[in-house]
Amino acid sequence: MKEFIKRSEGLWLFTRSPAVMIAAVIAILIFIGAAFAPWIASVNPYDLGSFSLMDGLLPPIWQEGGISQFMLGTDDQGRDMISSILYGARLSLLIGLSAMAIATVLGVGLGLAAGFYGGRFDAIIMRIADIQLALPAILTALLIDGIARGILPPEVQQDLRVVVLTLAIALSLWVNFARTARASTFVEMNKEYVQAAIIMGQGPIRIMFIHILPNILGPLLVIMTVDLASAILLEATLSFLGIGLAADSPSLGTLIRIGMQFMLSGEWWILWIPTLFLVALVVSINTLGDFMRDVFNPGLR
Amino acid sequence: MLTVENLTVRFPTRFGDTTAIENININVQAGEIHGLVGESGAGKSTVGAAVIGLLQTPGYIAEGSIMLGDTDLRALGVNQAHALRGKRISMIFQDPQTSLNPLMTVEDQLVETILAHEKMSADEARTRAIDLLEEIGIKNAAERIKSWPHQFSGGMRQRVVIALALCTNPELIIADEPTTALDVAVQSQVLDLIRSLADKRKIGFILITHDIGVIAQIADRVTVMRNGHVVESGETAQVLGRPKHAYTRALMSAVPPMDHKIDRFSVPTTEGIEGTSVSTGDLAEQWLLEEKGLSEGEQKELSIGLSIEALDVRFSGTRKSLWRKPEDFIALDKISFNVKPGSIMGLVGESGSGKSTVAKTITGLITPNSGTMMLGNEVLPAGKSRSRKHPSRRIIQMVFQDPYSSLNSRHKIGSILTEPLWFYGLEKDPAKRQELAASMLALVGMAPDAIDKYPHQFSGGQRQRIAVARALLARPRFLICDEPTSALDVSIQAEILNLLKDLQSKFGLTILFISHNLSVVRQMADDMVVLRNGVIEEAGKTEDLFERPQAEYTKKLLSLTPVMPKDWA
Repeated sequence: MKEFIKRSEGLWLFTRSPAVMIAAVIAILIFIGAAFAPWIASVNPYDLGSFSLMDGLLPPIWQEGGISQFMLGTDDQGRDMISSILYGARLSLLIGLSAMAIATVLGVGLGLAAGFYGGRFDAIIMRIADIQLALPAILTALLIDGIARGILPPEVQQDLRVVVLTLAIALSLWVNFARTARASTFVEMNKEYVQAAIIMGQGPIRIMFIHILPNILGPLLVIMTVDLASAILLEATLSFLGIGLAADSPSLGTLIRIGMQFMLSGEWWILWIPTLFLVALVVSINTLGDFMRDVFNPGLR
Repeated sequence: MLTVENLTVRFPTRFGDTTAIENININVQAGEIHGLVGESGAGKSTVGAAVIGLLQTPGYIAEGSIMLGDTDLRALGVNQAHALRGKRISMIFQDPQTSLNPLMTVEDQLVETILAHEKMSADEARTRAIDLLEEIGIKNAAERIKSWPHQFSGGMRQRVVIALALCTNPELIIADEPTTALDVAVQSQVLDLIRSLADKRKIGFILITHDIGVIAQIADRVTVMRNGHVVESGETAQVLGRPKHAYTRALMSAVPPMDHKIDRFSVPTTEGIEGTSVSTGDLAEQWLLEEKGLSEGEQKELSIGLSIEALDVRFSGTRKSLWRKPEDFIALDKISFNVKPGSIMGLVGESGSGKSTVAKTITGLITPNSGTMMLGNEVLPAGKSRSRKHPSRRIIQMVFQDPYSSLNSRHKIGSILTEPLWFYGLEKDPAKRQELAASMLALVGMAPDAIDKYPHQFSGGQRQRIAVARALLARPRFLICDEPTSALDVSIQAEILNLLKDLQSKFGLTILFISHNLSVVRQMADDMVVLRNGVIEEAGKTEDLFERPQAEYTKKLLSLTPVMPKDWA
């Protein structure tokens, strides 16, 4: 085992930084919890029949009045906090991951092409990116949300909320990928292996995706983790502001919004437990992202 | 003055501590230039860094003593060491482009350094800075001192770096490859300057370099290093003239001589090429020859020449005014030359002379403004007008300068080598492609099992062999080698050049050999062209050019290249 770890620089560094190991454990636990929520959670918070108003506003177990059935207490509807959080994290991660995936494909594709072709094409793509950067992410999301409300028939609007939210977040994140991919591509374009491929007469698609892409993956992977955290936060923000998901299918952001109402009335757990959960998730993903940057860019260490 | 005894430096890694240098003993007297020579990885720079106290973390000095006069450098605290650096020991770095701060004027940088170490007013410091610049040969120093680093040429910038190192009257200066980034003409000026500083100011120099010619020219004493150990040490004339150790002898004989032509380079066989039986290369050799089923002799008749007629390349210059069109930068000014079929043509010039532009124009990376290129009897379409499927894309192949960037580091050697085979449609069967690639590796002197490894698992010389193998697998007739050995150590250079010579004579390749190194070109080329600022200064048979140079510029180049005295080696 020791020998195996030593063979990889990344694994070796990993075993030497406790913070990164803790972050990895937290992130993995949350991912597993979210992925298997329907099997782990005691109740389904989306199913109105599975919980009762009678259990409403129960405190966590260590506080007076808490019962073992609801370890972290319940909200005003009588929903188990653990179940709500697991289902909420499921939604948040689903939206975050798919937004990140869309942003990656869009951004890396455009950035690679901009770096490869340069000139006018590059200028156009990058000006669009600049404009995108000038608009706050929330504004982009509001715009897309507004357009969706305008053109979609009302009966599908509710079903498509997740899709609209994902697209809105992806659109505000692709610029990071495009800029990084373009800058790295510029560097690679001057390297002789790319020139060798051009001299051979290989096509642009092959050069971009077979030759250049594998060489610029390092910084892109780092951005993917950091942007996954941003995507989750952005979703939480939008839901918190009420643009995102509705109260009957709560994500982490929605849970926090609901909890806000109880902030000053003594039922602190309804706000603080989902909030701490979100912080733990985002901080551990960011820690992992920083760690990956150190591994891929030994110069920054 | 400086006494280094039993110095051992270790670097902790994930495989435990590795020893970078071990038991190094060096003595430098005041006014002495002590050369430290060796191939890459020998630990030369580590010695310099340990002396000045700038070892890269996490490296540490495990054993030994470093004494500067009566001061024990190892016993100093962090602050004392910091005060001593710059005050008593200075450093000159390799690249004058990066060792000056581009956002500060030369004056600010000099005055800042002087004030950091001496109590004097800013005015006094400025006077001293101007005097220094005058001393190291910058004319009009009082005015030039106000310039920014980018307003100086490379050689002038290196002079400013030397002035920076001098400005606190150090006893010892460590010069780490101070002339490697410079052209020969500038190099000889900088070396003269270092020599005169040692003589006049009695400064001790540790001159770290891989270039034995430089050592032969100015060093008083020399220490030859290899793999972190001292191989041989002593007076320069004695060590280089009558080397005792086999490695020093091998190193000396691997340096291509400039004053005569030799048939083959002698290769230091201390390590040798990893055990390959020559026979495994037969398949690739057969394959290269079997095109149209010709024998070796007939194959040569297929050799193809290249002629270039009035080739003119211009780049748009930097815009100085918003309204005026920027003036063109002339990279190649109507040059013409002719590479005879089956010969090696040397293309020589200093940096910026347009050598690489020629290569890029022939391969179609750059579109010339005018001029024609003929490959054999056919016109070679220029730049973008050459289609992706044009036959010349296979016939012309290129070996690049930097073996670290010319192979895609994310692809296995196998896929790098088989790419030309399927891309040009030379071999349909994937299994056969692998077989051919492995055999070609053997032909260029590598173990065929390299096919499953990645480029980073090989040294620079091995990678360059792989690059040559890749070029050959396209069945080329015309090979462009752009500084193929300038990133390599002399012993590896000798191996690669021998390989190119063998392949050329066996398969009747035509080679355009681009280099700034005159002695290498003398050994390799049949004909040569001397290029300067995009203009051909002189062209002709290589031997004629070296024996009877006509152009002033060629004569100057020849006289400035550091050479070993005739009676050595």
